[in-house]
Amino acid sequence: MKENIIEILTELRPEFDFTDNVNFIEEGMIDSLDIVNLVAELESTFSINIDGLDVVPENFSTIENIINLLVKTGMK
Amino acid sequence: MDFHFKNKKITGILSILPSRDIYFDDELMYYNFSGLKAEKLKLTMGYNKRRIFDKGLCVSDICVKGMEHLFSSGKLNKEDIDAMILVTQSPDYFLPPTCNLIQGRLGLGSGVICMDIVQGCAGYILGLIQAFMLLEQKNIKKVVILNADILSRKVSRYDRQISPMLGDACSITIVEDSEVPCDILCNYNVDGGRAMSVNIPAGGWREPSTDQTAVLEEDKNGNRRSLNDMVEDGSQIFNLIQLNVPEMIKHILEITGISKEQIDYYIVHQPNRFMIQKLADKIGVLRDKMPSNIVENFGNSSGVTLPVNIVHNLGSILISEKKKILLSGFGVGLAWGATILDMENLDFCEVFEVSGEEQ
Repeated sequence: MKENIIEILTELRPEFDFTDNVNFIEEGMIDSLDIVNLVAELESTFSINIDGLDVVPENFSTIENIINLLVKTGMK
Repeated sequence: MDFHFKNKKITGILSILPSRDIYFDDELMYYNFSGLKAEKLKLTMGYNKRRIFDKGLCVSDICVKGMEHLFSSGKLNKEDIDAMILVTQSPDYFLPPTCNLIQGRLGLGSGVICMDIVQGCAGYILGLIQAFMLLEQKNIKKVVILNADILSRKVSRYDRQISPMLGDACSITIVEDSEVPCDILCNYNVDGGRAMSVNIPAGGWREPSTDQTAVLEEDKNGNRRSLNDMVEDGSQIFNLIQLNVPEMIKHILEITGISKEQIDYYIVHQPNRFMIQKLADKIGVLRDKMPSNIVENFGNSSGVTLPVNIVHNLGSILISEKKKILLSGFGVGLAWGATILDMENLDFCEVFEVSGEEQ
């Protein structure tokens, strides 16, 4: 799952290294438009529907937070 | 804050739009993201085309053209107007009030009450509330709500967050007493603590426009804008739409005792396709009941997206049928409001196009 997420993020913003353990929002690596595209890609890749209430920047700020969100959404 | 009204109705809506389409694909050179990202944004956000008025046209010009169209087509009698409200964030001048200019150019009587309301994405709801309040006066029988914004002129073309979805539009809504008994509940909220989430830093009294404020600077996300341009904190808007708006809709449904299934259409402000679809999912209504196609066809024109949405998606239906509609606006302010009302047999619910050459 982690590799898939990094691959999606890298496709969206190829200029950044998403293997770094940093906060993507605070570092300006992804913005609200990227989050929208990221949600669409995650939903498509993992065949899930992310609750709108979970579409908040904190849930996309690190790889760990994205994995936690996917697990909460039902991914294993 | 809840507002309860009895026996009021909307009797006509005119959506006044620029006639010229501007395509997202033709503006890609202004945004510093990849072609792949652009294609994804077209799908997720609905970026496609938008409309902006010619720079020679100000809000008063456009509203006057729309009003004169209604007069000349017999859809509105000048003498019947008792009050006129203009909801806009783009006045012709700091002073006088733009609504007064419109009143003067239309030759309306001096007894016609005029007022400007400076509100954005929730402004149409506030305009309706104000109109309903005016109609509580027994000598006020007909109120005209003008909702107009030409904010494309206050957005940097190099701002990839705002520019691709920003459109101009005006509207005229007629509100009157209803012979048929009905109850209308409106709910309106403001959180001024988050007011600067969407703002134009310079150009007002606090920071007047200068050569310095017109200098473009690039932010960490690659957007280039000056202090004279609109700036938006997208995360705050995310939170508003995903937290406050669903709570408000749940509240207004509970107060009225109307189930979400009884609502025929959810006509909401249009920030972009994605957020509207997520809002529909969040409150548990079919996406078909909450149209999300205004940004892709006309752009986001702040609060005017509500009347544009009604006319574009329900124009032919509301002329002859009765529908229970939930209207909701949210954004600039931050403010968010909603109302539930029956709409039926409107005298008119149509588009009036204004070309760029007309002035």
